[in-house]
Amino acid sequence: MEVILSRAAPLLVPQCGQAQVRGMATLKEIRLRLKSVTNIQKITKSMKMVSAAKYAKAERELKPARQYGHGAKAFYQKAEIAQDKTKPNHLVVVMSSDRGLCGGIHSSIVKHIRAKLEEEGSAVDTKFIIIGDKAKGILQRTLAQNVLISFNDYGKRPPTFSDAALVANTLLNLDYKYDRATLIFNTFKSVISYITTELPLYNPDAIQSAQKIHLYDSLDDDVLKSYNEFSLASLVLFAMKEGACSEQSSRMTAMDAASKNAGEMIGKLTLTFNRTRQAVITRELIEIISGAAAL
Amino acid sequence: MASLVSSKVSRVPLLFKSCSRLMAAVQRNYADMAFTFASPYDVYYKDAKVKQIDVPTFSGNFGILPNHVPTLAVLKPGVVNVFEEDGTNKKFFVSSGSVTINDDSSIQVLAEEAHPLDRLDAAAIREGLSKAHQEVSSASTEAAKAEAQIAVECFEALQKALE
Repeated sequence: MEVILSRAAPLLVPQCGQAQVRGMATLKEIRLRLKSVTNIQKITKSMKMVSAAKYAKAERELKPARQYGHGAKAFYQKAEIAQDKTKPNHLVVVMSSDRGLCGGIHSSIVKHIRAKLEEEGSAVDTKFIIIGDKAKGILQRTLAQNVLISFNDYGKRPPTFSDAALVANTLLNLDYKYDRATLIFNTFKSVISYITTELPLYNPDAIQSAQKIHLYDSLDDDVLKSYNEFSLASLVLFAMKEGACSEQSSRMTAMDAASKNAGEMIGKLTLTFNRTRQAVITRELIEIISGAAAL
Repeated sequence: MASLVSSKVSRVPLLFKSCSRLMAAVQRNYADMAFTFASPYDVYYKDAKVKQIDVPTFSGNFGILPNHVPTLAVLKPGVVNVFEEDGTNKKFFVSSGSVTINDDSSIQVLAEEAHPLDRLDAAAIREGLSKAHQEVSSASTEAAKAEAQIAVECFEALQKALE
């Protein structure tokens, strides 16, 4: 018993001392936290403003690009060209970007890909072409050997036709012989929602074997090849524009939520700060008064 | 309750409008062409009804009338000429792109760059052409030479379009 007490006594002493110091320290700590949260709120607020401006531009650009994309898709739909899903070599073009802090844009694409891989099983050999560092970072952790090529330095400026042409060119000059290809991107729906979408891409063989292709007059290989190459670039551009718009809108909502959360935190911290401050004042008063009374 | 009724009533003409638009679209599929003409940055026509479209392609210039045989073509630099329903004629310069005519008589003309002729600046074209000529003569590789040659062709077509 003695031993325990003697051990407990020195333990208790610094605790008492700490409690006295802690009141002061927390006040300082709270002030520091309050400052940093206020700074964070300032940053998220201005990021929201920036992405709101970028979103407005992206949405304006999306309108014609969407028409353009639907025009490019029209032939493949109307000629009823189908992908042969029994063939094993599958190429997936992943549309992401370099920038984060935009909600679940990139992870929803990766999630979609993971679900797709699981569904297709091991019989399908899936390779990736990734546009943007974010999706690359996530996919490379588990599927590094499946990544063929990745593009970066994408997402800071709005996508242009030459970006799309570069990607399309890479696809066309690929050593990997794929049987079917899919483009995965986020389709912009509204400021608060986007849908992860798949868009099939066709190689000339698939077009040649389509049912309704014979309806089309005077098709030589050269025309078909050039046509398909141009359509590929158009579709990639369409996906890029959709992706860019969803990203900016998602960043806007994410930053809005972050500012709101920071505001809430500031409110709570201010309350605790004031309460602690008062407690410190009260305690000091008590100390002074009781000190005076003891004299 | 009253507000509920009025909101329903106000929806009726909207519904009717969208129905009639749908009906028009169905009819259009059989009789006329649904003409779409767009570049990534501008949409000039969207499922519009027009009389005739002249397009410059690598297999030659041709005019498209309703019920044209389905085909595909690749645009070359030149002028797309659109004759609208009311007889007005609009001209656009296109750099490259594709023409699709489907079996339901819908037509998609997609261009990398497409602009009405009044946006073109003759002086800038002349300057660009001479620069492109220089690039052809100074190009070291085959690919660079071919690229410069394409630029020359495009500028020549631009110049011709303005004449």
